[in-house]
Amino acid sequence: MYLYDQYDQRIVDERVAQFRDQTRRFLAGELTAAEFLPLRLQNGLYVQRLAPMLRIAVPYGLLSSAQLRKLAHITRHYDKGYAHVSTRQNIQLNWPQLEEVPEILAELAGVQMHAIQTSGNCIRNTTTDQFAGVAADEREDPRPWCEIIRQWSTLHPEFAFLPRKFKIAVCASEQDRAAIHAHDIGVELLANAAGEYGFKVLAGGGLGRTPVIGSVISEWLEKRHLLTYLEAILRVYNQYGRRDNKYKARIKILVKAMGVEAFREAVEREWALVKDGPSTLTDEEIARAKSFFTEPPYVQLDAGASAAALQARCTADPIFGNWVARNTLAHRVPGYRAVTISLKATGNAPGDVTDSQLELLADLADSFSFGELRTTHQQNMVLADVEASALYTLWQQLQGAGLATPNIGYITDVICCPGGDYCSLANAKSIPVAEAIQARFEDLDYLYDLGPLELNISGCMNACGHHHIGHIGILGVDKKGAEFYQVSLGGSQSKEAAIGKILGPSFSQEDIPDVVENILDTFVSLRQEEETFLQTYNRVGIEPFKERVYAKTH
Amino acid sequence: MPKLIKQGEITSDAWLPPAADAATAPEFHLPTLGQWQDLADKTGSAVQIEPGDGIAELLPALDAIGLVAVHFPLFTDGRGFSYGRELRQRGYRGELRAVGTFLPDQLHYLRRCGFDAFQFSDESRLEEGLRQLDIFSEHYQGAIDEPQPLFRRRH
Repeated sequence: MYLYDQYDQRIVDERVAQFRDQTRRFLAGELTAAEFLPLRLQNGLYVQRLAPMLRIAVPYGLLSSAQLRKLAHITRHYDKGYAHVSTRQNIQLNWPQLEEVPEILAELAGVQMHAIQTSGNCIRNTTTDQFAGVAADEREDPRPWCEIIRQWSTLHPEFAFLPRKFKIAVCASEQDRAAIHAHDIGVELLANAAGEYGFKVLAGGGLGRTPVIGSVISEWLEKRHLLTYLEAILRVYNQYGRRDNKYKARIKILVKAMGVEAFREAVEREWALVKDGPSTLTDEEIARAKSFFTEPPYVQLDAGASAAALQARCTADPIFGNWVARNTLAHRVPGYRAVTISLKATGNAPGDVTDSQLELLADLADSFSFGELRTTHQQNMVLADVEASALYTLWQQLQGAGLATPNIGYITDVICCPGGDYCSLANAKSIPVAEAIQARFEDLDYLYDLGPLELNISGCMNACGHHHIGHIGILGVDKKGAEFYQVSLGGSQSKEAAIGKILGPSFSQEDIPDVVENILDTFVSLRQEEETFLQTYNRVGIEPFKERVYAKTH
Repeated sequence: MPKLIKQGEITSDAWLPPAADAATAPEFHLPTLGQWQDLADKTGSAVQIEPGDGIAELLPALDAIGLVAVHFPLFTDGRGFSYGRELRQRGYRGELRAVGTFLPDQLHYLRRCGFDAFQFSDESRLEEGLRQLDIFSEHYQGAIDEPQPLFRRRH
C-alpha cells in the first residue's frame, strides 16, 4: 500500500496543526459557527443530532493492521468503542468530542491517516474496487491511479469551495464494482483500438435528489493527461455549477443544463490551457505510484491440491462450506481466495465494527493476508489474499467474533446510512428498518433461494445509502412530521447501471418487512429458472410488484 | 485609507469598493466590469469582477490592466479561486486582489491561486490573515505559486 515519505507526512502534520488552531479559534469565539462550518467539514467533522461525527478517510478503502489497531484505540479512548464503515469506504466515529478532534487527527497522522476532505463542498475520497489487485477480471490495478488522484485533490487550492461535494471513482476491471456511473466523475481504465490502456471519463453521474447516470465526456484519454483533464472538468464545474440552490448544485445538473456536447467543449477549452503543462504525469511518477501496489510475496501453491483440500473441508463441515461459498471469492493467484467479512450480522447496525473486532481483524490481517485489509462500499471488510488452506482457521476466529455471517450479496447484506438515529440531515431512521428486514429474512435457505439481491436504505434524499441503485431501494421521507418510507425497484450499480423506479405511495416503518416480503413473493412466483431478482424485474416490469404490494397493504 | 495585505505586509491604498449605480466609476472607486468595459483607454486600469462575471471580457486587455479585484461576497462561493488562477495562467501579471468577506483561513489557497493582495471587509482580520498566508510549507499539486507539482520535485 502507499507509504508516506517526509513530504506526505509534513502535509498531514501541518493540516493537523491548522485544524487544531481553527478549533481553538472557534472555541474562543474568533470564528463564528457559520465560518467554522466549512472548515470543520473539510476535516470530516459534522455536528450531528447527538454528538459530532468524525469521518476518517480510508483512501480507496485500504488499511494496514497498524492503522486498524490505531482505529480500535481511537474508538475506545475517544468514542464509545465502535466505528462505522460508510458507503464511501471511509470510517465514521459517532461520538467524539469536538475539543478532542485535533488530538484524534494527531493520532491518525501517526499512522499516515487523516480526515481531509471527507466532507464539505470539495473533492472527496476517491473510491474503487475492493478487490483491486486480486480480481480475476482486472485490466490493471486501479489503486496507483486512485493515489495519484488523491494527491492531486488533497488540499487543492482552487477546488475547496465548489458548488457542492464532488466524488470520483475508478474502475479498472470488466465488472464495475465501484459504481462509476453514479459518480460526479467516473474513470474507467480500458484499451483503445490499438490495445493501449487509457481512461474513459464519465461526468455528471450521481444519486441524491435527482439520480442521473454519468455521461461519457472523453471516450479515451491518454494516461499522462489524467490530472490536467480532471482539472479542466473541475474548473468548468467550479465556474458554472449552480450555487443558488443546493439541490441543483451537483455537476450532474450542470451537464444536463449545458448538454453533454457543450459541456465537453467547455472542458476541452479549459483543458487546452493546462494540457501538456507541468501537471502532466511523468512515467517516473506513474512508476512510483505503481511501486506501492506490487504483488505481496505469494507462496507458490498447487491449485489442484489446494482446491481438493478445501473441498474436502467444506464437505466435512457444511457450515464452513457455506461460508466459503457465500463470502469468499476466486483469486487470480492459484491457491488463494479473497474473503469478505460481513459487518451485517442481524441485530448489528450495518457497517458497524467494535474496537475488539478491529483488533482481531488486525491480527487476522497480519496472520492471513499480508497485514492489509480493505473496506467496501457495501460496508463490509475484505481480507484479499488468504491461502485456501488457512480459511478454516480464519473462519473459526471470525465466527467467534460474530463476523462470519454468510450473507454477502444477499438481501440481509443491507447497505444502509446511519439515518435518523445519528444524522441530523435524515428524515427517518434507517438502522431499525435494516434490522427488521434482516430479522425477517434470517432463514438462510430462503435467503440463498432468492439469489443475489442488493437492498439499500437511505434516511433522506442525500442518498448516502445509495437507495437509487439498490435492486430494492428504501428511502426515508418526511410526511407531515412522520417518518415514512418510499420503495423503489430495479436499480443497479453495475455497468448496466440503472436508477430504481418508485413503486408507489410510501409506507410506515412497521409495514416495510411485509412490503419487502410481498415484493420477494412476487419475484419468486414470476421468475423463470435461474433468473435473479433484477432479471425478473427487467423482464416483467414494475406492475406485478405494484399490484401485489398495494393489494395487500391498502 | 482602507487597509489590506500586499506583498506579505499590512498596508493601505486609496481604492474603494465600486459605486455600481454610477455610469462611470467615481475617482478611487474600483470600476465594475460594465464601467471598465466603457473605458476608452484601459492602460493601467483597474476592475472588480463579481461571481458570475467570469474573466472572458478581461482577456483581450490582460497586458493593459493594472489591478483585478475579485469580489467574494460569500466566502463559500469559490468561483473567484478559478478566476484568479485562470487569469494568471492566461498571462495576467498585474495585481490580483481578493476583496470581500472571505476568511483568513482561505488566504493560503488564494495566494496559491495567484492572488497577491487581500482586502477584508472586516479590517480586524488582517493580522490573522497574515498569520495564515503560509500555513502550509508543502503541497501536492502545482499552482501559481509553484507550478511544479510535488511529483516533479520529490526526491
